[in-house]
Amino acid sequence: MKDGFPIAARTALADAQLRRNLRVATHAIRRKRAQVVGEVEDWEALRDAGRRIKDRALHELDAHLEELEHAVSARGGVVHWARDADEANAIVTRLVREAGAREVVKVKSMATDEIGLNAALAGAGIAARETDLAELIVQLAHDRPSHILVPAIHRNRAEIRDLFRATLPGTDDLTDEPSELAEAARRYLRRQFLSARVGVSGANFAVAETGTVCVVESEGNGRMCTTLPEVLITVMGIEKVVPRFVDLAVMMQLLPRSSTGERMNPYTSMWSGVRAGDGPQAFHLILLDNGRTKVLADTVGRQTLRCIRCSACLNVCPVYERTGGHAYESTYPGPIGAILTPQLEGLESATSLPWASSLCGACGDVCPVKIDIPGVLVHLRGRITEQQSGVRAERLAMAALARVFASRRRYEAAQAAATRGRGPLRFLASLPGPLRAWSVSREVPVPPAQTFRDWWRSR
Amino acid sequence: MAESVTSDARSVVLGRIREALADKPPPVPVEAPHRRPQPGGAAAAALFAERVADYRATVSRCVPDALRETVAAACRRHGARTLAAPAALPPAWVPAGCEVRVDEPALAIEQLDAVDGAITGASLAIAETGTIVLDGDGVSGRRALSLIPDLHICVVDEAQIVATVDDAFVALADSARDGRPLTFVSGPSATSDIELRRVEGVHGPRRLEVIVVA
Repeated sequence: MKDGFPIAARTALADAQLRRNLRVATHAIRRKRAQVVGEVEDWEALRDAGRRIKDRALHELDAHLEELEHAVSARGGVVHWARDADEANAIVTRLVREAGAREVVKVKSMATDEIGLNAALAGAGIAARETDLAELIVQLAHDRPSHILVPAIHRNRAEIRDLFRATLPGTDDLTDEPSELAEAARRYLRRQFLSARVGVSGANFAVAETGTVCVVESEGNGRMCTTLPEVLITVMGIEKVVPRFVDLAVMMQLLPRSSTGERMNPYTSMWSGVRAGDGPQAFHLILLDNGRTKVLADTVGRQTLRCIRCSACLNVCPVYERTGGHAYESTYPGPIGAILTPQLEGLESATSLPWASSLCGACGDVCPVKIDIPGVLVHLRGRITEQQSGVRAERLAMAALARVFASRRRYEAAQAAATRGRGPLRFLASLPGPLRAWSVSREVPVPPAQTFRDWWRSR
Repeated sequence: MAESVTSDARSVVLGRIREALADKPPPVPVEAPHRRPQPGGAAAAALFAERVADYRATVSRCVPDALRETVAAACRRHGARTLAAPAALPPAWVPAGCEVRVDEPALAIEQLDAVDGAITGASLAIAETGTIVLDGDGVSGRRALSLIPDLHICVVDEAQIVATVDDAFVALADSARDGRPLTFVSGPSATSDIELRRVEGVHGPRRLEVIVVA
C-alpha cells in the first residue's frame, strides 16, 4: 500500500541536508542536459522518432517479443518468460544454483530492483553484489535508491566517506575527495569482478531483429558484469524491445543526452546470445511482465511503457527536487514513478502518487520519447476517483477540479476567483484527508493580482 | 517441471499482451534510418579528436609512418612496458622497447590483469560523440582484452570515422546480425555518482589513448 506520499514527503521536506543535496545535483544535471540537447539541431524530430519506435514496438508487442526470442535462441541464448516478480526471482535463483555459484555480481538494473531480486537471492543463500558505485553506496548503507540514474543522489561526499570508512576494509585514511572514494570502490570490487562466475544485468534495449541486448553505463562495471562471468542472466521488462537494430541509433542519441547530459555515455555493451571464445558462454534472457500488460491495456496509460528510464523528468520536477525519491515509496520515483507505479502495481496500491505533482508540465516537455506525463497523471486521477467507493477527499476534490478545468471559461473564472482570495482553487488549502497532508507541507501560492491570461488578453 | 512452468508463462504473457491490445492500436510504420548526411573520414577527423578530448582522453594524430613512435610516446606517458594485443594487430603498430602479449591462445584474466595496457584497433569511430566502437573481431580484439588492463590504446584510421551516431548504426548492422558483441567507448571509465562530480576512472580502463592515423 503506497498511499503515504504526503506523509513521507513531510519527513523529507524537514531534512535540510537532503534538500540541499538534491537541489545542487538536479540543477547541475539540468544545465548539462540543456547544453547537449541544444547542440542537436533536430532534437524535436529525434524525440518524435523515439516515440514512434517505442509505439511501433508496443502496438505489436507480441510479435516483436517472439522475434526477439527467436533471434536470441538462434545465437545460443536461452529465453525465459516471467509473469511476475516471484516467477522471475525463482528463475534467477534456479539458474545461479545450477551454475554452482553462491554469489553474483550485478550491474545496476531497475527491473531487478522492482522485483526485489537481491532479497530473494539472499533468502536462497546467494549474495548479490551491486557494482555500480551509487548502488554500492546504497547497498552498504542498507538504504534505498532515491533516483533512477544517481541512486545515491541524496548522499553527499562526507556521508559517503563515513560509510566507506565504516564498511570497506583498509579505508581508515580515506578523504571525501570523490576520486579517492571512487578508487576505494574500485579496489573493493575488482577481485569480485575478476572471480565472478555469474553476472546479472538489466537491459536498456533489446533488438527483436538481431537479438541484441544493450546495456548503457559509465563506470565499466557493466562491461565487467556482462563480459567476465561464465554465466550471464539478464532480466528485462517486456517493454524494452525495439524492432530493428538501427532503431538503437535514435535511442542512443536520446538517452545519454537526456540522462547524464553527455553526448555519449562512456560505455555501451551490446551482445547477441553467446559468442564463442568471447564473454559468457551461457546467456539467459528473462522477459518480465510484472504488471506491464496491465499498463498496456490502458489506451491512455500505455504510453508510459515508452519510458527509457533516463530520469530527465525527475531532474526538472519541482516536487521531486523538494521531496527526493524516497517519498514516492517506489522503485520508480519522480513524475514517471507517479504514473508508472500505480499502473504496474494496481491503482488501489498507490492512490496518492498521481497527486504528487503540480501538473506544471516540465516533465512532459523534457521526456525524450514524448510521454504526456501530465496527461496520464490526470487520467489516472480520474480512474482512481471513479474506483473510490463512498465519499473520499480525492473524489470531492477531483470532482470539483474536473468541473473547474472542464472548460477554458470556467478555468479562467476559477483563476479570477482565486486571485480574489476565494473559490475552487483556494479550497485545496483546507481539504480533509490526504490532500490536507499534502498541502500542509507546501505553501499555497499567493495568487497574483492579475492572471497570466488576463495580462495576455489586455495586451 | 521447470520447463513446463516457463512455457506456460510464455503463453500467459503473450495472451495478456494480445488481450491488452484488443483495441487494435494502429501499426506504426518502420522508422526510416535518420538524417543529416554529413561526410566522415578526413572531414570529420578534427571534430572526432575534439570530442574525444572533451572526455579527458588523450588524442594524438599521426601519419602511418609515425604510428610506431606515436604508440611509444603513449606508452611512455603512462610508464607502460607490457601490452596485451589481439592476434590480428599489425606488427608495425608495436613500438620498440615494449613487450607485447598476443591474445592467442587467449590470455587468462590474471594475465590481462598483470599487463600495463592493451592496444587495439577499432571497428569504426563516431565524430559527433567522440566514440570508438569495438566489434570483438580482428584488430578490435575480444571484449576482455580492452577491459581489464588499466590503459587502453586504440588506433583508429581516419577513414573509419563516420560523422554521426546514425551513420554508425547503419554501418554496424551487419556485425549485429552476425552476432558480434559491440562495445561503444566514449572516453575513459567515469562516474558522476558522488555529488554529480565527474571522476575519471572506476572499473574500466582509467586511461584512454586514441591515435588517429591519416
